[in-house]
Amino acid sequence: MSGPAKFVGRSVTRLEDRPLLRGEGRFAADISFPGQWIMRVVRSAVAHGEIKGIDAGAALALPGVHAVWTHADVAHLPPIPFRLTGLTALEPYRQPVLAKDMVRYVGEPVAVVFADNPYVAEDAADLVDIDIAAREAVIQADAAPGVFAADLNTEPSIIVKGFGDVDAAFRTANAVVSLDLSVGRHTGVPLETRGAIARYDEARDVLEMHGAAKVPHWNRDTLARMLGRAADKVQLYEGHVGGGFGIRGELYPEDILVCAAALAFKRPIKWIEDRREHLIAANHSRQQQHRVRAAIDRDGHILAIDDEFFHDNGAYMRTHAATVPDLAAAMLPGPYRVPAYRAVGHIRLTNKTPCGTYRAPGRYESTFVRERLLDAVAAKVGVDTVEIRKRNLIGKSAMPYALGLDTLGTKIVYDSGDYALLLDKALAAAKWDTLQAELKKRRAAGELVGAGVGMFVEKSGLGPFDTVRVEVKPDGQIEAITGVASIGQGVETVIAQICADALGVDYTDVRVVHGQTDRIARGMGAFASRVTVMCGEATRLAAGKLHEQALACAAQLMQTNAEALDIVDGVVLRKDGAGPSMTLAEVAKAMPNGLSAEDTFESTHMVYPYGVHVGAVRIDRDTGGIAIERYVIAYDIGKAVNPKLVEGQIAGGLAQGLGGALLEEFLYDEAGEPLSVTFADYLMPTAREVPAHTILVTEDAPSPLNPLGLKGAGEGGTNPVGAVIAAATDDALGTPGAITQLPVTPQRLKAILKLRKASPAGAPADAARPR
Amino acid sequence: MSEKAKITLTINGRAYDIAVEPRRTLVDAIREDCGQTGTHIGCEHGVCGACTVIVDGEPVRSCLMFAAQADGKAIRTVEGLADGEKLHPMQQAFMDHHGLQCGFCTPGFLMLAVGVLEREPNLSDDELLDVLSSNLCRCTGYQNIVKAVRAAAKEMRTA
Repeated sequence: MSGPAKFVGRSVTRLEDRPLLRGEGRFAADISFPGQWIMRVVRSAVAHGEIKGIDAGAALALPGVHAVWTHADVAHLPPIPFRLTGLTALEPYRQPVLAKDMVRYVGEPVAVVFADNPYVAEDAADLVDIDIAAREAVIQADAAPGVFAADLNTEPSIIVKGFGDVDAAFRTANAVVSLDLSVGRHTGVPLETRGAIARYDEARDVLEMHGAAKVPHWNRDTLARMLGRAADKVQLYEGHVGGGFGIRGELYPEDILVCAAALAFKRPIKWIEDRREHLIAANHSRQQQHRVRAAIDRDGHILAIDDEFFHDNGAYMRTHAATVPDLAAAMLPGPYRVPAYRAVGHIRLTNKTPCGTYRAPGRYESTFVRERLLDAVAAKVGVDTVEIRKRNLIGKSAMPYALGLDTLGTKIVYDSGDYALLLDKALAAAKWDTLQAELKKRRAAGELVGAGVGMFVEKSGLGPFDTVRVEVKPDGQIEAITGVASIGQGVETVIAQICADALGVDYTDVRVVHGQTDRIARGMGAFASRVTVMCGEATRLAAGKLHEQALACAAQLMQTNAEALDIVDGVVLRKDGAGPSMTLAEVAKAMPNGLSAEDTFESTHMVYPYGVHVGAVRIDRDTGGIAIERYVIAYDIGKAVNPKLVEGQIAGGLAQGLGGALLEEFLYDEAGEPLSVTFADYLMPTAREVPAHTILVTEDAPSPLNPLGLKGAGEGGTNPVGAVIAAATDDALGTPGAITQLPVTPQRLKAILKLRKASPAGAPADAARPR
Repeated sequence: MSEKAKITLTINGRAYDIAVEPRRTLVDAIREDCGQTGTHIGCEHGVCGACTVIVDGEPVRSCLMFAAQADGKAIRTVEGLADGEKLHPMQQAFMDHHGLQCGFCTPGFLMLAVGVLEREPNLSDDELLDVLSSNLCRCTGYQNIVKAVRAAAKEMRTA
C-alpha cells in the first residue's frame, strides 16, 4: 500500500454529479433503438377472479398495433424464481409472467400490447377486453387463511426462530407486557419508474437488456435460464438508475416479457412504467401485524420475548420469497440481552400487490415492535425510557456477540459495538436533559410536546463474495471493473476513493464500471448495504495487487528493486527521492497488455452497524398533525469512506422513515381495490415535512471482519424512525403505549386525541389502547 | 388519433420544427421529438415536478402542458443551464452541497429553483422552502437541496 489514506475518510466531491447536473444522464427511458416497439401491460382491474376470456380484437385492429400477448403466448416460461430465502414450500406461490386462469391483485399483468408508440400502445391496452368472474378478496393477513388455488391456502409457510426456554421465562416472570402492533403497507417509490429495453442482436446472437439495476448478474443468469439461452448470450446493461431502495432491479414480469418479445419479434422492445402502474405493480413492503409480549423481572430486565406476527406479502411470492419476514424475526432482539426468544411469523398472501424488500426490510417493522415493547416495559416498571434501555443493552465486553439466530444463510454475530457509548453520544447531541426540562415546562403550559428514543442494530455487507478487476490501460486510463450496481448511492466515488489510496493515484482518475454483465463474469449487485463493505474490500485487494504488479514492472524498466519504489499521485518514483521516475501510464504502455489485477473478497458473515435516533415532536390538537422539532441520528459504521455521502444516505433514509411513520400507506377497500394509486393519494415527504436534523457518524467500533473496518451505511437512517415517532408522540400525549399503528396519520391521531378526551389525562395506558 | 399539427418548439434558443398530435404532452415532445432527455418524467400528473422546465420565464410542469400550447414560446431545459463547461451557479451548488444522489429529480429542482430565483431573487429562506416543497426527491431528504439553493440564490444575487 502507498502510505496513509489520501482519499478514504474524506468528503470528496462525487464523480457521478456532472452528467446528472447537465441533463446528460442515461436513465431507462432515455434509451431507444431504431425500429423499436413499445410494450404496454394490460393489468387486472379485479383483485381476485377467474379469467373467463380475453378479447384483443379491437386492440389489434388499431393502426400501429403489432401484437397482443396473453398467457398462452408465454406458457413456455416458468414462473419467476426466488433470489433469496427461497423456501420450497413457497414455490407454488411464485408469480407467472402473465396471469394464467386466475388474477390475484389489481395491477397483475394479464396481457401485453406491442405498438409503434406509447400513445397507441396505451389506446390499444384500453381496448383489450378481459372477462373476469370476480371472487371474494382476501384483504386481512391475520384473518383465517383463504384459498390460493386448489389444495393451497393463503399461508404458504410459517417462519419460526428462537432460542432459550421462553415458556419457563414467562412462568417465572415478575410481570408480562403485551402489545398488538401494526406497520402500514408502504414502499420505496423511486422517482424514476421502472423500465426495460430489450434488443436481440442476431449478428452476435446476443440478447441485450438495458435498464437493469441492483442485481444485473443474477437477473442475467435467471433470464438466460428462463429463456433457454446460454448465460453469455444474454447481457444486461445498467445506465443511470433513479433510486433503488430495494424494490427496483428485482426481476419482474415486465423484464422477462420485453426479453421474450425481443427474441420472438426480432425487434427492440421498450417498456417504461407509468406512475399509476408503479404504485400497483412494483413491490410493496412492510405491512405486518405483531402480537408481542415480554417477560420481565422486577427491574425491567427482559427475561424473554415472544412474538407472533402476520406478514402480508400480497398476491404472490416474488424474488425475495421469505426474506422480509425472515429478517423481521431474526433482527427483532436488536441491541438488548434477550435470554429467551421465540418468533412465529405467518407468511400470508392477500389480494394486493406482491411484496419485496424496502430499505431496512424487516427491521423497520421489528424495530418498531421491539422499541415499542421497551417503552411499554419502562412504563410498567416506572422508569424512564432511556434507563430501561441502559439496563438491557448488550455490553461492549460481550462482543462479538452470537445472537443464536440465522438469516440470509448467515449466522447472526454482532461483530463489534459499544451500544451504551453511542446512546450517551446521541443523548448529548440531542441535549436530552435540557430537552426534557423544556418539554416538561411546555406540557405544563398546555402544549402537546414530547420526545422519544429508539435503538437498533443494522446488518450490512452481505457476502458471499465480490470480485473487482483494476486495470491501467496503455493510454493511462484506470478502470475498476466491479460486479456491483449503482442506484444513486455514490458507488463510483466511494470505490474510486478506495482504489486510489491502494494504488497511489488520484480518485478522479479512476473510472468505476458497474452493472455491465459483459465486463466481468460474476457479481452480486447492490443490496443489503453491501457495496462499500464487499466491493470496497475487493477493490482494495485488487488495487493492492496492481500496485505490486506495477512496481515489479517499473523496477525492471527502471533497473532497480521494486522495494525501492512507490506510486505517488500516479507516478512511480524511488522512495529515497533519487533517480528517474515514470508515470503509471508509461509503465502500462510498456507492458503488452497494460496492467491488470483481479481479486475477490469473500465473507460468510455480515457486519453489524448500530444506531440511536432521538426525536422530539409537537402535536397540533386541532389537525392531529405532528411537527418534528428536533431529530438526532447517531450511527456507528466502523469507518466512513466518505462522511458526506454517509450523511447523505442517513438523511435520505430518515425522509423515507418519516414517510412510513407519518404519511405513506397503500390502502385498499374490502374488494381489494387499491386506493393509493397517484401521488395525490400516496403522500411522500416534501422539503416541508423533513425537518432539519443532526447526524453523528461515529467510528467507535470498526468491523474486525475487514481490514478497513467498514460497515454499511444505507439503512440506519430509516430503521427506527417509526419507533421514535411513536415514542415521542406517546410522550407528547402523556399516554405510554398510545401509538400502536404506523403511519400515525392525522386521522388516527385525532381519534386517539378524542379517546383521550373521553378518559381523563393520566389514565392507565391500557385504557386508551385499542386492542 | 387526430391529425398532427406542425409546431415549433424553441428549446434553449434552438428551434425544433415538429409535428405532434394535439394530445402530445410538452415533456414527450421535448424528450422524444426534440431528443432533449435531460427533462424527466416522474408521475405525469403534475405532483413530483421532475419534468419542470422554464416556459417564457416561468417554471412549469411539462407533463401538464400540451406541446401545442408551447408553440412559439421560449423553453429552457436543464441542458441549457451550463455555459459550455462552466456549470450554472445552481448546478455547482448542488454539487458542492451533495444536493443529489440518483439525480433523477435534479433537473426538475434545478429548473424550478432557477426559474423562481430569476424572477424573485430576494426570496426569504422560508419562501424558498415553500417553493422547493413543490417538487419531490426520494434520495436526499431535501436538506442538502435546500442548502444548495440558498447558496446559489446568494451567488445569483451577487453575480
